[in-house]
Amino acid sequence: MSRINSPAELEVLRKEILAERNPDKPCITLCSGSACHATGSGSVSAAIEEEIEKQGITAEVDFRRTGCHGFCEKGPIVVMYPQGICYLRVQPEDVAEIISTTVKDQQVVERLLYVDPNSGEKTTLEEDIPFYKNQQRLVLGSNLKIDPKNLEDYLAVDGYRALVKALFKMTPEQVVGEVKEAKLRGRGGAGFPSGVKWDFARNAPGEQKYVVVNCDEGDPGAYMDRSVMEGNPFAVLEGLMIGAYAIGANEGYVYVRQEYPLAVANLAIAIGKAEECGLLGNDILGSGFDFTVKVHRGAGAFICGEETSLLNSLEGKPGEPNARPPFPATKGLWGKPTNINNVETWANIPLVINKGAEFFKSIGTEGSKGTKIFSLVGKVNNTGLVEVPMGASLRDIIFKIGGGVPGGKQFKAVQTGGPSGGCIPENLLETKVDFDELTKAGAMMGSGGMIVMDEDTCLVDIARYFLAFLSDESCGKCTPCREGIRQMLKILTNMTIGLGKEGDIDLLLALAETTRGSSMCALGKTAPNPVLSTLKHFRDEFEAHIKHQRCPALSCKELIAFYIDPEKCKGCGACLRKCPADAIMGEKKQVHLIDQGKCTKCRGCVEVCPAAFDAVKIFSGEPVPVTVSEET
Amino acid sequence: MDIGKIDQIIDKHQGEASSLIQILLDIQSENNWLPQEALTRVGEKLTVPMSRIQHITTFYKHFSLTPKGKHEIHVCVGTACHVRGAQDILDTVEQVTGVKPGETDPDLQFSVETVSCLGCCALGPVMVVDKEIHGNVEQAETAEVLQNLKQAEIVENLENLKQSDKPEILGLCACQ
Repeated sequence: MSRINSPAELEVLRKEILAERNPDKPCITLCSGSACHATGSGSVSAAIEEEIEKQGITAEVDFRRTGCHGFCEKGPIVVMYPQGICYLRVQPEDVAEIISTTVKDQQVVERLLYVDPNSGEKTTLEEDIPFYKNQQRLVLGSNLKIDPKNLEDYLAVDGYRALVKALFKMTPEQVVGEVKEAKLRGRGGAGFPSGVKWDFARNAPGEQKYVVVNCDEGDPGAYMDRSVMEGNPFAVLEGLMIGAYAIGANEGYVYVRQEYPLAVANLAIAIGKAEECGLLGNDILGSGFDFTVKVHRGAGAFICGEETSLLNSLEGKPGEPNARPPFPATKGLWGKPTNINNVETWANIPLVINKGAEFFKSIGTEGSKGTKIFSLVGKVNNTGLVEVPMGASLRDIIFKIGGGVPGGKQFKAVQTGGPSGGCIPENLLETKVDFDELTKAGAMMGSGGMIVMDEDTCLVDIARYFLAFLSDESCGKCTPCREGIRQMLKILTNMTIGLGKEGDIDLLLALAETTRGSSMCALGKTAPNPVLSTLKHFRDEFEAHIKHQRCPALSCKELIAFYIDPEKCKGCGACLRKCPADAIMGEKKQVHLIDQGKCTKCRGCVEVCPAAFDAVKIFSGEPVPVTVSEET
Repeated sequence: MDIGKIDQIIDKHQGEASSLIQILLDIQSENNWLPQEALTRVGEKLTVPMSRIQHITTFYKHFSLTPKGKHEIHVCVGTACHVRGAQDILDTVEQVTGVKPGETDPDLQFSVETVSCLGCCALGPVMVVDKEIHGNVEQAETAEVLQNLKQAEIVENLENLKQSDKPEILGLCACQ
């Protein structure tokens, strides 16, 4: 693509691109996000290319590999345009039929459609599937339409229109004002008003300023930023440039985890293409605004999601936090004023500028505007990425969009906000997703991880899990965080192995208070949250562990024992064959026995015992009955 | 590791000390781990003291100062995988390979690592063996995948042994 020198030239190019595209021409789109990639979208892609050629319809059909569609549970996903027919779990062997039936004969391949798990009803169009129907995809929507490696695709969906508007029709002050007026709050976790943050950096003295994209998405169980960066890197870059213009920066950095290789690759391609046609570099579109951007890969440190740690890492140092103030807005990268926002925040900027603050403000609640992307995962039927307006209830997200808990199990809690967040029980499911409401419920919005837990999940173990993660990730610079987390972890670990003591809960609360009050950065300040929220809502589980060495969820390995009910066992031998530890004894057609000394508690016997017999029982907090062998 | 290759990587980043982490990442992706001579070279070229390089390489989890095994196994222990039974998968991996998380066996066959989220939460629990993602894995499948790898290694070792034995046997024959 040749250099674009002015907004007029950009519009000419956009018109040319759109003129070449016939919206009625059949187009096969294939999700090529990381989850679909793992389930085989690479080989499906090869099969589609081969089949198009083989059936001789190269000129009649377009093929596009897009970013993540979000319905990761059912990948690889193929959507056929112009109709919008959605095929799920597509394998290479399905491709020939899809092309001959849908592209050539305009018919639907019924067996690949979405089937409602409750009614058995099939849904043909993507937009009608309950998972998508109840979402509002303002940020993720473009992921379905564009090839992240193709700048023309981005221009075809109004790409860079917001940049032109900002550069040519607005002053930097007006841009900041618009973002402030829109009440956009940072999507990285803390929810600080973005416009106010921009203003700080803009008003900070100094010629050299920087803007930074935080794509160090470290929360386990969250992958929203990954999908936005992989699926629509141009939107993030466009948002970043608008921010740079508003603040007065000419250099930007994108900090991406090296664990996200596809995000790094797609971003590098996007930067290359933008540079090639003058959408990055000097005198962008003839506006006199210069901007360059560099990519920095993180090397595996959760703490680098914290902004001062991230800046230290960008400078080539260990990612340890600094005390604030001074805030990065006045003293950031190499001591210069720096504005850092998360990927999703930057991706919202083109929307705010294009559609205006009034439109953005019309979505959401009083204190939280716009939409939010969540990664809805764990014990839920429709796992995937979900974008909903702020103010949607947790119940709607989990049950309407997520389709509820699989296997007829009982919902127990939903964890939001990652290691800094908390668990919300069933009776608070009407809570709305809103920065302030979630905090009131004892959790937090965080970056958007939403992990659903069912009756089999032990909440003491979940609290232990998060502290183990944080203990590992604490940089160790300040004592309250390093030692506080370690001591809380020790107490929780003891509880899960039956060594809990009276007074442990009080000790946990005291440690939580100290860690929260005196740690230097957000990692330590929020580290007690998983403990405090589980204690608040599930204290009885903690007490059962301490007083009776009983795990109510039958999950903690040290506190459970497996037992074969002699009344129910038919001696089929399924468990005996499955047991990896040779802990099960018994002749065919005779009652089987578990040797408790050998049992590794792998649950294999529970899984294989036929449902009709249901003979394997799990005991916790009470002695296992002794079965007298039939031979004696 | 070839010094020329290290220099090439350093030059790619214009030899800037602020690119230290990026340079080490590139060396590790080329060589799979960071040998001492590579670190020394980087220190000389960037004029960065070894203490700082050591700080960086031990602070960030991705860096390895010891050689990795031929097969790299990563078990995701992110929250979504954890609630879906990642610990059982990790236990099975340890049982079959005999290697603890974060370690490599003395024969350099297997390295086992835990990762805190691969962003494939919909497929949990997830295990990655030699860059191939296995989603929704159960204990039996985990054991099977690893047993097959071990079996293939044994066969390969036997064949190598047979080939390397040949000249010796001939030698013996000649002596006799």
